[in-house]
Parts: sequence; C-alpha cells; structure tokens
Amino acid sequence: MWSFSKIADLVHQSLNHTFSPTLATIIEMVIVGVCVIGLFAVLGLVLVIMERKVSAWIQIRLGPNRVGPKGMFQSLADTVKLLVKEGMTPSGADKFLFNLAPYIALIVAMLLMAPLAFAKDFQMWDLNIGVLYVSAISSVSVISILMAGWSSNNKYSLMGAMRSGAQIVSYELSAGFSVLSVVVLAGSLNLNTIIQSQADGWWIFKGHIPVMISFVIFIIAVTAETNRAPFDLAEAESELTAGFHTEYSGMKFALFFLAEYVNVFIVCAIGATLFLGGWMPFHIGHWDGFNHVMDYIPSSIWFFGKTFFLIFLIMWFRWTFPRLRIDQLLNLEWKYLLPISLFNILLVTAMAILGWYF
Amino acid sequence: MFIVKYIKEVFNAVKSLFVGLRRTGYYFTHHKEIITQQYPDNRDTLNLPERFKGEVVMPHNENNEHRCTGCTACELACPNGTIKVITKFDIGTDGKKKKAIDKLVYHLELCTMCNLCIIACPSDAIVMAQTFEHSVFDRAELTKILNNPGSKIMEGVE
Repeated sequence: MWSFSKIADLVHQSLNHTFSPTLATIIEMVIVGVCVIGLFAVLGLVLVIMERKVSAWIQIRLGPNRVGPKGMFQSLADTVKLLVKEGMTPSGADKFLFNLAPYIALIVAMLLMAPLAFAKDFQMWDLNIGVLYVSAISSVSVISILMAGWSSNNKYSLMGAMRSGAQIVSYELSAGFSVLSVVVLAGSLNLNTIIQSQADGWWIFKGHIPVMISFVIFIIAVTAETNRAPFDLAEAESELTAGFHTEYSGMKFALFFLAEYVNVFIVCAIGATLFLGGWMPFHIGHWDGFNHVMDYIPSSIWFFGKTFFLIFLIMWFRWTFPRLRIDQLLNLEWKYLLPISLFNILLVTAMAILGWYF
Repeated sequence: MFIVKYIKEVFNAVKSLFVGLRRTGYYFTHHKEIITQQYPDNRDTLNLPERFKGEVVMPHNENNEHRCTGCTACELACPNGTIKVITKFDIGTDGKKKKAIDKLVYHLELCTMCNLCIIACPSDAIVMAQTFEHSVFDRAELTKILNNPGSKIMEGVE
C-alpha cells in the first residue's frame, strides 16, 4: 500500500543512488521547498473557499455560487485578480520594511511547517524540541505585523499593529501553558514522541478534565494569536479599515492573507497533534479489534481530518461571536485565562506525578 | 465569596457562548432555508416585502382619473425638494373655477424614499411602488410626471 513515508523513502533512495550524498540532500531540500509552496497555495485556495462557504451557511446565505461547480473555483478567480493588481507602495512609507513585512509573515508560516508530522513517519524535520521550536517561531509573526503597521506611515495601520502586539504577547502565555500541560503528561518536547504516547488514546481523553480545560484555553489563545475574530482587533474592519494591512494591495496583501490562513492551519495542526493525537488513529485502550479497524484508515487522513475539524471550529467561532474591545481582550487574558491555566498546569503536574490519568 | 462570583461569571460566560454556537450550528446544518434572493435569476418570481419603498407613483383608475387635488402638501413635506406641483384652474361642471394639478413633477434622482410625502397626502393620491430597477442612461429620464396626460381628478375627492 502506498503511503507518504514510502514515497519519501523511495525518493531518498533513488536520489542517493544517482547523486553524491551532499547533492542528494540539496535536491531533497529543493523538493521539500517546492512541496511546501505547493501546500501553501492549495491551503490558501481550500481554506478561503471553506471560510466563505461556512460563513454563508452560518448566516443563512448561499455564499459564492457562480464560478465553477457550486462556486468552488471562486478563490482561484480571486487569486488571479490579486495577481494582476498593482502592488502600491505609499510615498510616505518606509519602502524597505514595507516590502519586507509580507515575506516575513510568509516565512514564519513556512518555518512552522517544519516539525509537523503530516502522516506516519512523514516529517520534514524530526527535532527533539519541536514544541519549543513552534512556540518560539510563532512569536516572530508579530514582528511582521508591527513592521507592516509601522512602515505604512498610517495611523490606522500603526494602531492595528500596536493592538496586535499587545494581544499576541499576552495570549502567548496561556497558549504556552496549555501546550505545556500536554508536554508534562507526555514527558517530551518531541512532537513524534508526543504522538507515540497517544497510541492507547488521545491526550484529550486520557488526561480527562484538566487537559480538556487546557484544550479550550489553547483554542481561545490560538484564535487570538492568529488575529482572527472574535480577536481580530489588529484588522478590525469596522474601526481601523483593515488595521496593519490597510496600505497593502495586490500580491503583497495576498501574502498577508495567505499567511493568516496558513497560520490557522498550522495552529490547528499543532492542536491536533498535541491534544487529538496527530496522525494517530482513534484507539481505545486495549480493544485490539477496534484499534485494528481504525488502523486501516491512512494516517494522513486522520491528521488532515482532525486539523480541518479544528479549523472548522475556529471558523464557527469567527462567525458566531462579536468582537471584543481591547480592554475586554486583555481582561480576558490576564484576569481569566492566565489564572485558570496557571492553576490547571499545577493540576496536570500533580496528576502526572500521581498517575491519575489513563 | 469572591471566588464563587468569579466561577459563576466564568460559567455564565461559557454558557452564553454555547447558546450562540448552538444557534449558528443549527443554521449551518439546516442550509435549506436561505434568506437571500437569487435576484437576476428569479426576477419573475421575486417577492418583495409589502413595506418595500421603490418610488413614488400616482395610481389612476380605468377612466384615467386620479385622486390628487393639488394641495401641495407633499411638496411642503418633502425634505429635499423632490416633488413639484404645478397647478392650473379648471372650469368645473357648475361653471366655477376650481384648482387642479397640471403636472406633478417627481425627481427620482433626488428622492430618498423617506415616505414623508405619502404620510402628508390627505387624499391618498400617491403611493410607494415596489419597482426598483431605476437605472437609465439619460439623467433626464429620472424626472417623471406622475399624472397621466389628460387625466383629471376623481369625482368626490376634495
């Protein structure tokens, strides 16, 4: 049976046969880069059409239904439109930073792809501090937003960027704590080891109530970190026109847009990996018959299914909840989420030491 | 007691969020009921609500008679000078001179469909129509004369 890991092995062997090991590694890197860019393009198209359809159905509308069957090529048409538009740079802007910011947003999203396990034994970079790497790199994304806001020479952009800075800096704390609760239980920072530790049940079931609390906190915090409604103060279409990307147009705007959606995918993939077992099929303890049946479903389908379930959850939040004010946003983090997650991490640690999990 | 209040607050907040999620989840799973109209496709079967205000018209009966007495109440009520009533004097059946309208000029391009003229009209001579496709290539076409040529006032309307 074909699987992602087998294809990767085959490519690796054939390259090592024909080229020297150094050249083979370089070619593999190029292939991985091309694959990541391809995945970005596909994710952008799929997630945009998914968002528009979900929002339409939630608001009792039909959504895009003109381009292609049931409007499925709408995002493709939008991409073509964005590609042929002029990328303007305002005359008062800091041109270097203005043009650099969208690429940083995209590069951060690309770097975050590295430690994700897309299928069984299919990973770009199996590093032993995967969780730390993810939380470190994801905080760089605020730099691109601040850079875009500052260099635009526009008060709305700057306000959006400053809000975004305050928001990401505070919400990273509770996101980190909720990730830490799984790390405490699994006893490793390696994403692969964390997935392997969920072979007899996902952490959200094995860790029962405390892990469920940290899962809820994680979802809230990552929604805030990716700047999506109800925490989209950085953009705030109704107040700041578009926040930090007010002055961007054409492909530079498209890169920010793409980075936002890819970031949503990545945080959902991290959430799926930590709490829902990544590519690990749904296993219940020692029910071997049931577990064998579940193993027949390919691991990549499990991974993408869980990730898209979480993405749907975040979209559902976006189209249900009203946007928070900046003071309410910071109140929620510092008065509610942070105390709860601090108490929760204590609970999880006690649970891990005393072995009160399945 | 502070901690009880705190926990209660958190619980109530989460509960209210779930109420909202349930509502939108219901809409998401029942997407047969659509509130938007597929406008250019269903032009023939388009159903507009009764209160929809498209433009001001003056209904005439089969004898080409309207109910307008030319009292200019609508002209006075209009906040942006959309209606202009041009009056004339008719010789009535009893030989007396009687005030009547020559033309009721209506500038659609100035109208905001505020309905104040309809409310002001004492004899219900003008009403709001449900038409809404008002685009024309020549701006002069937007200046309309509401009474039909040769029309006269209905019997019994003072």
